[in-house]
Amino acid sequence: MSATSSSPTHSSPTPSALRTLSQKVWDSHVVKAEDDGSALLYIDLHLVHEVTSPQAFEGLRLTGRTVRRPDLTVATEDHNVPTEGQSQPIADPVSKKQIETLRVNTEEFGIVNYPMGHINQGIVHVIGPELGLTQPGMTVVCGDSHTSTHGAFGALSFGIGTSEVEHVLATQTLPQQPQETMAVTINGTLPDGSSAKDVVLAVLARTGTSGGIGAIAEYRGSVIEALSMEGRMTVCNMSIEWGAKAGLIAPDQVTFDYLKGRPKAPAGAEWDAAVDAWKQLRTDEGAIFDREIVLDGADCVPHITWGTNPGQVAPIASTVPNPADMADAGDRDAATRALDYMGLTAGMSMRDIDIDTVFIGSCTNSRIEDLRAAAAVAKGRKVKDGMRTLVVPGSGLVQKQAVEEGLDKIFTEAGFDWREPGCSMCLAMNPDKLSPGERSASTSNRNFEGRQGRGGRTHLVSPAVAAATAIAGHVATPEDLT
Amino acid sequence: MKPVRIVEGRAVPLDRSDVDTDQIIPSDWLKQVERTGFEKGLFGEWRDEPSFVLNREEHAGAKILLAGPNFGTGSSREHAVWAIMQYGFEAVISPRFGPIFANNSTKNGLVCAQLEAAVCDQIMAAVQADPTLEIVIDVKRLTVEVPAIDVNVSFPLGASIQHRFLEGLDDIGLTMQKGDDITAFESARPTYMPAS
Ligand code: SF4
Repeated sequence: MSATSSSPTHSSPTPSALRTLSQKVWDSHVVKAEDDGSALLYIDLHLVHEVTSPQAFEGLRLTGRTVRRPDLTVATEDHNVPTEGQSQPIADPVSKKQIETLRVNTEEFGIVNYPMGHINQGIVHVIGPELGLTQPGMTVVCGDSHTSTHGAFGALSFGIGTSEVEHVLATQTLPQQPQETMAVTINGTLPDGSSAKDVVLAVLARTGTSGGIGAIAEYRGSVIEALSMEGRMTVCNMSIEWGAKAGLIAPDQVTFDYLKGRPKAPAGAEWDAAVDAWKQLRTDEGAIFDREIVLDGADCVPHITWGTNPGQVAPIASTVPNPADMADAGDRDAATRALDYMGLTAGMSMRDIDIDTVFIGSCTNSRIEDLRAAAAVAKGRKVKDGMRTLVVPGSGLVQKQAVEEGLDKIFTEAGFDWREPGCSMCLAMNPDKLSPGERSASTSNRNFEGRQGRGGRTHLVSPAVAAATAIAGHVATPEDLT
Repeated sequence: MKPVRIVEGRAVPLDRSDVDTDQIIPSDWLKQVERTGFEKGLFGEWRDEPSFVLNREEHAGAKILLAGPNFGTGSSREHAVWAIMQYGFEAVISPRFGPIFANNSTKNGLVCAQLEAAVCDQIMAAVQADPTLEIVIDVKRLTVEVPAIDVNVSFPLGASIQHRFLEGLDDIGLTMQKGDDITAFESARPTYMPAS
């Protein structure tokens, strides 16, 4: 379909041809190539959660199939879990049933599951990397579009639907159509006060929601190289928001240093062999991408979304755009509808937008560095009266580390609500929801209508901006605080 | 899945861009553990409005959903495809689909016909003017025909996917026939790779 209409580039014609990073990973996972350029790819890691798996397990049961490689499959509970009182049973009977179904399914099919309350439990895209399960050059899939997060390690990782979840469970492979390749090169350096979130929001400002459709992207350039692994995960996480199927970053010393010593990372001689192999995972000099965009780090100033898709985004220092100024009729209609839903007036300063809920969390920004960035802003300050806040660590391990570093105390002393791990208000499948008309500054990845609760209004921002906003009561950067 | 060769019928004109899967089926519906019953949640937040296009009587029984650009972007939830099909649609026409949505559609037999934006606009306007307009989508020839306005265009679909549509083949069954290839591949995987 959209993904298949363009010229296939993934099957390299000769072994000596110059290849991009993603082509190398693709080629090393071809179980069987087909004449039309598609291939059956082997899957190294399959992450499973409670929302998109029940119908897949049911499918296995109905057909009498088993899970081919339970040892390459890891499950956790994240979307539905409450973020307070996790030691208690879940109150919502429907959520409870879904969690219990996952437990029954993983038990029956012999799959490791990290349940609510377990130290390894957390948002599926946070736990894979932190356990060392996600490694360079792998193929990683999950029934969740933000699987692109794992691309930060130079893994070919993408979200799949429930039918494909069933397919991977049964066969540990997936038939895949070839994709275009796209380079996103970000040169220069980041301005002070900007973070990885602003990098990817700036990419969205350039591409809109469809600039990457049909492509596997590779982020590169000095800005990307200077990012930590946490930052790289934030960037790759939102690849899907600008339409790319996956987003990769070539592994380097930063990657190896992050992985070394993690529970599932190789050790001893295996580690050396792995690093030797991982060092080959770079786009060959002179390899051609089907598409390329180039950004300057200086453009990645703090951004905020003003509309109802992540492409409706602009610098915080700017004003809410006027649909009448938009050249494209479709953009104009979409912007008009978005401003109406968001209750915003064209021309108003972003900083004049009053906020009543701040959410710091999600697979985009719930890792330790994100919490450190928010805590640095919160330290010694107070949340604005009447502001609702949620700080939700991405996993049990992040929660533990934050407590060890005293971040939880900084947050609670400033008046932030410190919670237990899960997806939380990112998609409002648990009790953490916006009410109609409520407005959030959120570190998550989607500002769709109703995403954080029916009628709720979402502005996507970085952790530092979210924290500053909680204190100011309106959209603010840390520099705005006295 | 059942074989799909021709989808023929009237269309519902959903004239909006960027209809993401959160809009197609809101997250409340994702708590179900069954595969059926999602038609009630289709376009959940918009269905309450009596004037919403899906609620209009003249479009009852339509088999084709005529969408704007970037249809089905966002979340990977296959529930979006199930909701559309369980409501009674057999095909969606759009200038551009979210890739995971398009892929999920191929697993369920929902035809996603991607056409030039100008042609989509033309069909959209014609259906808005005349809800009885008949559209024919032929999966064998990969064409979309609207005889009343002289439209006859083709749409892309990978050969292997087309084959599965026409024959109604089960993807997993096809792959399981390649079990020896999978075993051979597995025996050559590097030993440093992680396991749970
Ligand atoms: S945090 Fe949000 S985007 Fe990430 S997996 Fe959970 S629901 Fe999806």
